[in-house]
Amino acid sequence: MTTKPGRCALLRVAALVGVLTLPLAACSDGDDPSSTTTADPTAVDTTAALKAGGTLTVWAWEPTLEQVVADLETAYPEVDVQLVNAGTGNDQYTALQNAISAGKGVPDVAQIEYYALPQFALGESLTDLTGLGAASLDSTFTPGPWASVRSGGKVYGLPMDSGPMALFYNKELLDKHGLRVPTTWAEFLTTARALHAADPEAYITNDTGDAGFTTSLIWQAGGRPYRVDGTKVTVNLQDEGSLAVADTWQKLIDEDLLAPIGSWSDEWYQGLGNGTIAMLATGAWMPANLESGVPAGKGRWRVAPLPQWKAGADVSAENGGSSLAIPAAGTNKALAYAFLEYATVGAGVKARIGAGAFPATQADLTSAAFLNSPFAYFGGQRANQVFAHSASTVGSGWSYLPFQVYANSIFKDTVGAAYVSDTSLKDGLKAWQDASISYGREQGFTVD
Amino acid sequence: MNAAALSGASGRRRRPVDAEPARLRRSRRPYSRSRPRRSPLLTAVTGLGLVYTLVPLAWLVINATKSQQGLFDSFGLWFADDVVLVDNIRDTLGYDDGIFLRWLLNTLLYVVLGAGGATALAVLGGYGLAMFDFPGRRAVLAVVLGAVAVPGTALAVPTFLMFSRIGLTNTPWAVIVPSLVSPFGLYLMWIFAGDAVPTELLEAARVDGVGEVRTFLRISLPLLAPGIVTVLLFTTVATWNNYFLPLIMLKNPDWYPLTLGLDAWNDQARTAGGEAVFNLVITASLLTILPLIAAFLLLQRFWQSGLAAGSVKE
Repeated sequence: MTTKPGRCALLRVAALVGVLTLPLAACSDGDDPSSTTTADPTAVDTTAALKAGGTLTVWAWEPTLEQVVADLETAYPEVDVQLVNAGTGNDQYTALQNAISAGKGVPDVAQIEYYALPQFALGESLTDLTGLGAASLDSTFTPGPWASVRSGGKVYGLPMDSGPMALFYNKELLDKHGLRVPTTWAEFLTTARALHAADPEAYITNDTGDAGFTTSLIWQAGGRPYRVDGTKVTVNLQDEGSLAVADTWQKLIDEDLLAPIGSWSDEWYQGLGNGTIAMLATGAWMPANLESGVPAGKGRWRVAPLPQWKAGADVSAENGGSSLAIPAAGTNKALAYAFLEYATVGAGVKARIGAGAFPATQADLTSAAFLNSPFAYFGGQRANQVFAHSASTVGSGWSYLPFQVYANSIFKDTVGAAYVSDTSLKDGLKAWQDASISYGREQGFTVD
Repeated sequence: MNAAALSGASGRRRRPVDAEPARLRRSRRPYSRSRPRRSPLLTAVTGLGLVYTLVPLAWLVINATKSQQGLFDSFGLWFADDVVLVDNIRDTLGYDDGIFLRWLLNTLLYVVLGAGGATALAVLGGYGLAMFDFPGRRAVLAVVLGAVAVPGTALAVPTFLMFSRIGLTNTPWAVIVPSLVSPFGLYLMWIFAGDAVPTELLEAARVDGVGEVRTFLRISLPLLAPGIVTVLLFTTVATWNNYFLPLIMLKNPDWYPLTLGLDAWNDQARTAGGEAVFNLVITASLLTILPLIAAFLLLQRFWQSGLAAGSVKE
């Protein structure tokens, strides 16, 4: 992507500062009648809204939504959904922020990852969904995602999918070298040494520095580096959990036990197929990517619970996953909300699971059909049982920064140095912390 | 062939004078077009340049014949065991309900209207500036030269904000209208027209009572043909390969040009739950450059004479 981070950041700064300095104006300007600021907020009658119909523009890159839109338009012919792929992740956020700044071309519904949601929520760019019916959705979703979409008693999006973490591993490769699946991160380290010694071409996993992965590990290790209370923010990447991760990962880096391959690259897909990369600790959405991108791994890979930081513990974390949100500038919010419910709670969920998505809904995660469906790719293993258990053990109390998109964008410049130079991971995390704090202050947050 | 044979024969005849000092011999037998001076060093450097240019192309052709698995299993610069070029082309054209063809047609639309329009405007403007003297012409020159120096990428974001205000973003016009402006094309046509169309010819036409429009169409336009083709090729390539402008202007995949479409396919491999289609991305890239190669091969003789124009003073 040629989008210069400098420019995006600048636009975002402008937008965010503009909104922050005029919070009152932004609130009273809520000129949409359906956002019900009246005393008795009535929930949207979603079926009626869908029957009445209308046009919706949805910005999302999640591939399974295509099926959802097709099904919805068949069931409710009056609804016309324009599903637009405005870029994946950061690209889409830049476009969305541009549209919000310009006040034109803002979609009715946007896909926003959990880590990016606070940034848009705090900028008052999103509609609070409590009044539209989200208030009644408590305990509909798994704890991790549901906590991720809420902030200060408001709901800013409905969880579309989730990424409870698990350990994906190449069973054939481990068996060949007589290695067992690690159950703790300490064992992970010894397995990494044994594997690389047995086959210098093989690595336990790949990592060249990935903000989402590192924060997920810290999350699992019990670290809570980010605390957010309105515009008061605390950043502490030197807490116990963060240092536990840094300690183990430092050894993996020092002993050259990590494949120097960036995730999502061609080499990554190749390495997953040819035995260069033995394991991946990542979100439950991974099977679809393995099936299409690593056809050579079919039947060879399996899924295990995430290794633990303390032997005998049972804690997990989320990695990735996104919500559907309604931008404040969108029109026809009743229909937009009806679409959200259809796609995240209603009939759309089944269609998305069928297409390989991992749901965030309790009902589906506990249904026998879901739990018992075998994965041919994993040699018939009922992998959803591992994922569902992980979803139910996600550590609570985690939150991302209200400027996490920016913070993640400078991860490579700070923590990334530890992967390529003599800088220690601990110092890298400290540098990341300092840079995040000073950026937060520039944005008008109270950070310490 | 003949020339080479002749020079070879003459070389044999002159063998006795080979005893003369090299400096003298060189002065008597100047290097000519048929007997060019050979420098191993220059040949090697040019050869490297050739390899450097052709290897990516060869890589593209070779890898377009591989399946997704074949791409990972085989050596990059040689064929995999199974050659599936035809399957790849069929899959590329059929993927996602044939969206590739839609993108191809979009690109053609942008090239025909954008590059075609830019060329027409450059020809009219350049001809006018070269043939007619008017106050402020030097100022126009300064502005045009300044505009050549500003890369289009730098103007993309301001253009986006302006178009967003007019309500033209996310429409084909958002790509076509900015493509109509080609300061470099205008400058090229200006210089070219000044050299290619003798003022005497225009004066003769005026004396004969021919109107300016008719003079332009019947006399000047044929003379300008090499320059027009050159500008057309430049603007075509620029529009065909344009990535950043459509990227920020367009959100609806139905209006994507090929550049954005290929990028979207490539990004699928970076998306949770996305379908990795590396083989289709490579095959589609090959299909994407074929029309450009064809345009160059068909138009290159015009291009060459255009480059040489004005190099000789009669």
